[in-house]
Formats: sequence, structure tokens, C-alpha cells
Amino acid sequence: MTKRANQQRLGSNRLAHVVLAIGSLAMMFPFLWQLKLAFSSNAEIQAVPPNLLPKGLEWSNFTEVFERLPFLDQFWVSVAVTAGRTVGQLVLCSMAGYAFARMSFRFKGLMLGLILSILMVPSQVYLIPQYQIVQQLGWLNTIQGIIAPGIFSAFGTFLMMQFFKSIPAELEEAARLDGCNPWQTFWKVVLPVAKPGLISLAIITVLASWADLLWPLVVTSSPNEMPLAVGLATLSGYQGSISPGVMMAAALMAMAPILILFVVLQRRVVEGIAFSGLK
Amino acid sequence: MSKSRSVDGKWPWVFVLPTFAGVLVFYLWPLLKTVYDSFTETGPFGGATWVGAANYSQLIGDSEVYRAIVNTVVYTAIVLLGIPLAVLFASLLNRPGLKGAMVYRTLFFLPYVAMPTAISLVWRIIYNGEYGVLNQALGLITVDGPSWITEEWFALIAVALLGLWMSIGFNMIVLSAGLKGIPAELYEAASLDGAGSAQQFRSITVPLLTPSIFFLSVITTIAGFQLFDQLFALLGPTNPVMPKTQSLVFLFYDAAFVGNERGYAAAVGVLILAVVGLLTLFQFRFQRRWVTYD
Repeated sequence: MTKRANQQRLGSNRLAHVVLAIGSLAMMFPFLWQLKLAFSSNAEIQAVPPNLLPKGLEWSNFTEVFERLPFLDQFWVSVAVTAGRTVGQLVLCSMAGYAFARMSFRFKGLMLGLILSILMVPSQVYLIPQYQIVQQLGWLNTIQGIIAPGIFSAFGTFLMMQFFKSIPAELEEAARLDGCNPWQTFWKVVLPVAKPGLISLAIITVLASWADLLWPLVVTSSPNEMPLAVGLATLSGYQGSISPGVMMAAALMAMAPILILFVVLQRRVVEGIAFSGLK
Repeated sequence: MSKSRSVDGKWPWVFVLPTFAGVLVFYLWPLLKTVYDSFTETGPFGGATWVGAANYSQLIGDSEVYRAIVNTVVYTAIVLLGIPLAVLFASLLNRPGLKGAMVYRTLFFLPYVAMPTAISLVWRIIYNGEYGVLNQALGLITVDGPSWITEEWFALIAVALLGLWMSIGFNMIVLSAGLKGIPAELYEAASLDGAGSAQQFRSITVPLLTPSIFFLSVITTIAGFQLFDQLFALLGPTNPVMPKTQSLVFLFYDAAFVGNERGYAAAVGVLILAVVGLLTLFQFRFQRRWVTYD
């Protein structure tokens, strides 16, 4: 590129920075505002005009979250549900995905077609019968009830199948010649190589499970057994008694783990979403 | 590679059956059950009686259903505006030699990874009619802002703006992948021919991004017809404005789990299934006219 063209580029990059800065401020503002509100007293939150920076740090909003809301219980439900779904999907989807990618068996095409067909169906369509099944199992208001349908994933199976197809089969052949049965080959040889695919699937599942609202809303009714997403969404029921500052503190603590995870693993998260988005 | 039945034996079943059985019990059976249920009515003590197409005739005569469809269309139209915005941001972000691209990328992506129910509560306070920062900002330019989350159309617009804000990061990821696929030589050749940035954007970037743009509009429209989380969390399920702003999925949820009209809810579910299916087909037919694939 010539010097003049370079200068032109640099000049217009300045404009690009202006536009991108405005855009990212709009993306960031609600988070900054939330941080400010979480540390503000109620009078300050409702002040007209608002002050942009809090006057002091009002920690009482945070202590009140633990005193007045079953926040810790809900936090542990969220952790257990997210962990259960993620581990479940990693195990089940990689097993099924491996078989569809590498093995041949009767009804393979039919089974794969049936599994993938559920990708086309909006999830609400399954909701009532799923609820009835979980109810009959006596699993309403339980961790396993919230986890149950979500450990089976057509999308995860497809993702892992595509991933296994993309890695060479030589290692598996060698393991087989060494006398490993398919399970040993899968466990000792294939899974370690499949780490990037497993990480993508784990990230997507963690994000989705932590945020999931409709299913846990339907199968839980007591505040102590709900995950955080449901607890926060149904807070408006007690809006009269829960002040905005306390709400903000609770919302902040609820999404903090995911935001930290995202900032630490950013590249992986973006890759995982891009991979999943291009299904 | 020999992968004959004799080699694998019973092993494939060990690998596949857990997932297949789970999908059968928790997805395929429920799908059939919902279609069946849509022709039944739930009695006051449980149990269902066959009522033929009664739920569907109720559906056709239900003004709430039409309102929910209108709401969904308005919501989706607003969220679709996130695609041109994301095209603008993503193409600026992918300019060669742009410093701080990673920082911008992180910031743009934050709304997508934030928990919808948590960030909706923040927006509820931003939108607050009396002390919300949005109306106070509007006041600076002498606009008297509405009570966003309690007035019929404004509440829906508020939900849609939240949806738009959340969608931009994901749109940008998909578009960035598309932008990386455009060969740099095209831009160089255009520069040599004297085409300016704006012209290059119009005649190279946008046409070659059409597959990504198409993909995003399908995903956005389908997600629009499944609107629930932001609506529920931003407005609150007991908000008096809800009957006027509800989506098809909220209507479904309300009928199934609040009103206990399972049969009618199943019919609404089948309607959602049909609408989403038709949209997908329509978009795929329509794409041929304006998508450049090479």
C-alpha cells in the first residue's frame, strides 16, 4: 500500500474509533449503571436529576440480599443445575456423536435423523409433556427435575459428531490394534484429542443453563429450590418490599460468575459461539 | 478404514442409546403428545377429553392470539435493526490496523453473555418513568419520556430495544466470520480503480456478507417468535400491561401453567411450531433473490 493510502486509512480509522466508542459505550452503560445503583442508597437511586457517581459505597444493599432473599440457596441450585447439565451433555453428546461419526450400525441414519429433527422444533412445544413426565417422577422442585431434559441435546450431539469427523482416525486404529475395546479407545484416546470440541460445548451449555428461565420456572415453585434466573425474574412479586438497590446488588452477583468466566475465557467463548452459530 | 458391524459389535448401542432414549422420552414423545393434546380439553380434575378441532376454532377467534402475533412482528422488526447496526460495527472493527479491536469486541459482546433476567432488572430501572435515567436524558433534550414499562406500546418497544441491545454482539460474531472470508484482493483492486471506502462498503462488503445477513435474519425472526425471557423479566408477569404486550410463548405459558388450559396451550404450541416452520421455508425461498453466495 502506498504512503498516501496508508494515511487515508489512518485518518478514517479515527472515525471508526469514534463510531465504535459510541457503540461500545451503549453496550457498556447498563453494566456501569448497575454497578453504580448497587452501591447507591434508595434515595439516591430515585433522585432527580441522578448523580453519575455514587456518593459513597452503600454495602447494605449486598447484605440485604442475603438477609431478605434466598440468594445463597438459589445460587447453589444454579451451580448444581449448570454443572449437572454440562457434565451430562459432555458425556452423552460426545458418546453419541462419536458413534455417529465413526461406527456403523443398524438404523444409524434413522436415529440420527430423528435426533436432528428436534432441532427444528421450538422448545415450547415439548414443555407440557416434559412437565408431566417430571411431575410423575416426583421431581418437581428438585435439582434433577430442572436438569433432566437438558442433558439430552441434539445440538450437542451434532456438534460433537462434526468435531469427531474433523479429526484423523489413525490414533484410534492404533489403539484398536493394541487391543483396546471401543470404550477404552473412546475414553483414553479420543476424548483427550477432542478437548477443543468439548470446551466449545461446555461453554455454550454453561451460558445457556445459567440463563435458562422457562423450564425451571415451570418445574419449581418454592423460592428455595429455584435457580437464580427464576428467582430474579419473579422478584417483581415482592417488588414493593425489595428496593431497587437490593435488586441491583442481587442481579450483579447473579451474573458476576458468567461475566468473569467470559472475560477470562473470552477467545474460547467467542470461538464456541461462532462454531455453534454456524450449525 | 474398515468399520463393519463385526468389528463394532454391540458397542454402538452403548454409545448411542442413552442419548436416543432421552431424546425419545423427553422430545419426540412430547412432540407427538402436544399435537394430540391440542385436540383435547383438560378437565378440572385432570384427565383429557377429545374435543376435535375446538381448540383451534377457539384459537382463530381469540383476539389475544392476533395481538400476540402483531406484538411479535413489531418486536422482531425492531430487533432486526440490530443487523445493519452490527454490519456497521463489525466492518469498522475488522479494518486492518485498528488498535484496540479486542477491547471493542469484548464490550460489544458483554450484553450477549449477560444473564437476561438479571440485566432486564437493570433496564427496568433505566426505563423507570419517574426516576429512570433514560427519561432524564430525554428531558435534557426537552422530550417528556413515557412511563416505558407500563404503557401499552412503549412497553413493547422497551422490550424490543432490550432485545436489540442483546443481539448485537452475537450478530457481530457471525458477521466477523463472514468478513474474514472476503478476499483482501477485492478491496485492493477496488482501491486501484479509485473506489472510496463508502463505495467499497456498498459494492463489496454488503453483497458478500449477504449469506451471513440472511442467516442472521432467519435466526432473529425465529428467536422473535419465541420471545419470552426479556418480556417476562423486564415487564414482570403480573404487570397489568402484559395482556397487551404478550408474545405467543407468554400466551402459551399463561394458558398451560397459570390458566391450566393444557389443550388450548398445546394448540398455541402447534401454532408456534407452524409459524416458525413457515418462516424458515419462506426465508429460504426468498433468499435466492438477494443472496450472493460466491
